[in-house]
Amino acid sequence: MPRLTIDGREIEVPAGTTVIQAAEKLGIFIPRYCYHPGLSIAGNCRICLVEVEKFPKLQIACNMPVADGMVVHTKSENAEDGRRAVLEFLLANHPLDCPVCDQSGECDLQNFYMNFGLYDPRFREQKNKKKKAVELGPHVMLDQERCILCSRCVRFTDEITKTGEFGIFNRGDRAELGLYPGEVLDNPYATNVVDICPVGALTERDFRFKARVWYLSSAPTVCNGCSQGCNIDLHFLPDRPHLNDGARVVRVKPRYNAEVNEWWLCDEGRFGFGWVDRGRLGAVRGPKTNGAEATWETALAAISEAISGASDGARVGVIASTQLTCEELFLVREIFRKSLGARVTASVPERPGSSDDFLVKADKTPNTRGATLLGLMGSDDAEAIVNDALAGELDVLWIFEHDAIDLFGEEKARKLPEKLRLLVFSGTNESATADLAHWVLPTAAYVEKDGTFVNHHGRLQRVGPAFPPFGDSREDWRVLMDLARMLDLPLEWRGPREVFRALAEAEAPFGDLTYDKIGSDGVAIAPAEEAAAP
Amino acid sequence: MAVKVVRRPELTFWEKLYLPQIYCGLKITFRHFFKNLFLHLAHRVGRLKGHRAGVTVQYPEELRPLMSRFRSRHRLTQRDDGSPRCVGCMLCETVCPAKCITIVPGEHPDPHVEKFPVRFDINLGVCVYCGYCVEVCPEDAIRMDTGILDVAAYSRDAMKLDIHELMDPKLRKPVERCDLDFPHKCEVHGGDMKGSWPAPETP
Repeated sequence: MPRLTIDGREIEVPAGTTVIQAAEKLGIFIPRYCYHPGLSIAGNCRICLVEVEKFPKLQIACNMPVADGMVVHTKSENAEDGRRAVLEFLLANHPLDCPVCDQSGECDLQNFYMNFGLYDPRFREQKNKKKKAVELGPHVMLDQERCILCSRCVRFTDEITKTGEFGIFNRGDRAELGLYPGEVLDNPYATNVVDICPVGALTERDFRFKARVWYLSSAPTVCNGCSQGCNIDLHFLPDRPHLNDGARVVRVKPRYNAEVNEWWLCDEGRFGFGWVDRGRLGAVRGPKTNGAEATWETALAAISEAISGASDGARVGVIASTQLTCEELFLVREIFRKSLGARVTASVPERPGSSDDFLVKADKTPNTRGATLLGLMGSDDAEAIVNDALAGELDVLWIFEHDAIDLFGEEKARKLPEKLRLLVFSGTNESATADLAHWVLPTAAYVEKDGTFVNHHGRLQRVGPAFPPFGDSREDWRVLMDLARMLDLPLEWRGPREVFRALAEAEAPFGDLTYDKIGSDGVAIAPAEEAAAP
Repeated sequence: MAVKVVRRPELTFWEKLYLPQIYCGLKITFRHFFKNLFLHLAHRVGRLKGHRAGVTVQYPEELRPLMSRFRSRHRLTQRDDGSPRCVGCMLCETVCPAKCITIVPGEHPDPHVEKFPVRFDINLGVCVYCGYCVEVCPEDAIRMDTGILDVAAYSRDAMKLDIHELMDPKLRKPVERCDLDFPHKCEVHGGDMKGSWPAPETP
């Protein structure tokens, strides 16, 4: 393996590695616009110039394979001068749009100018005028003036999605980015071009003018849109309710995870966060008794009374959801199945959505695999529980998250509240089932609570709370533990972290994992599932 | 901890006599009174102009001249066509240490302008008059040169200025007629432009 020296530090890397990758391993960042680790090498932006000893000229680090005994200087005066000159050329026709540009604050032109540019501009001529605010598709907006022609987006549509909508047309300073005639940028991964665009040429139409990026806070989590469990960063506005129509979540960005989604995210997941702020259940709703306000205390007292009042544990049914975290499913299992002997299942009639061979999975819930590992899938069936409830064999039925009308049909669902002594619905959003239930418990969205999901490939990943639960809603684990206390069940855990430790001790696949061991990338705990036959 | 004992100064015998102190105070008052009386009379007949007499400004009928750098109530400047110069970049909202500026940007019909403020409010009850918003503005769209100092209101809500009052400092609430010429329609005319308070109900 070749040994080379970068900025005075030696490293040994496999042959064929490029200088930029070798430097990355040493933690040395070399500026780049056109280079992207997920795409082929174009070498057209020239910003990654480095000085290599015994070479007459500066070399581009992204396309320079390492050689034995190579000595590279990334921060020498020569290299910085070269990069500064490249930046000056790139900015010659770049408009001074920064104040109104959505990219500003996370723009590499700004960053690199402030890092090593800082020259006095010498371009006194008229800048080229090109088209601004061109709608490329439902989610992406193009500003041709801001484009530096790095061709990352062109290569993305050529190599990753293989749809090839983008092209660079004309030559010289009249060269411009555009779509081929008749094309619309509407492939299911289209908005990734916004993430990889190093400047403000491609911006998100949905995010357009919603907020300045420096207003946003970020929290790492996992997408709950399907069982792939792509790693994401959730960007939200903690304090400026006048923006974004008062909603907290502003946008979702993919977070690199080599084992799950690499750098990418599908548009379905990217724009599927609206429910976190819209149509949420904000308060406990219950039967009107003596005009007293329904509160969590009265609700849990009434529910625990009804559960302990059931003549037999088997007359209590629970339809859990694969939207719940492993910890919550474990609590459901321990409380209802183990302690009460109730009928518990998470398997509901399947309704597969769209899928492809890249990231999108047909199972649109994030934790089906976790429920399987906990033995909550297939052991019983939600349909059977509902049928038994209608036959009068159940007293209490608790439905988590699911819309009963959608799953079991209008006719069956409408009869449920009459046949049961108590129908409890706990969920995040308003649904037709919520109107049927005797008690409605508002619960926290997955971005508001701590926990873990197991994805389609058997990878255990952590979701973390970005902000506190909406309104008066509470996390499912908190509700379940409060209920256990009301039912006089001894649970000594205080939060998801401790529940997870108990879960890991009880279930072999989870081994001796803790939250700290899972880390930000997750851990594979089960073999990848074979693609389920439709 | 060392304790420092501070003794209250006690009145001396001379001060305790009381009447001499009254005399001293009145001496100063009368000295100013007669000096100003004399100087003002002298100024009337055109004498002793070099000596300044005490001045009382008859506010609000009479205003003291303001320094050119004085920071008074804000205004939004206009383009030649009467639309706001503001491009909704929100730098003033970002820099504002009191967080009194509220901007909601919108899509401008002209792609070369990009944004415009759909809403631009300043809560004067919170503003600290630091002038950072003026300094940070890349478009010279906000200035503090109206010369308006008498910002007073009967309620906190009335201290909130919206884009109408900022564009036209002479306006006072409630705004019933909107003369502002935006590329978009004002809420008063049933358009998008929002104020910080609801538009008057049209019968």
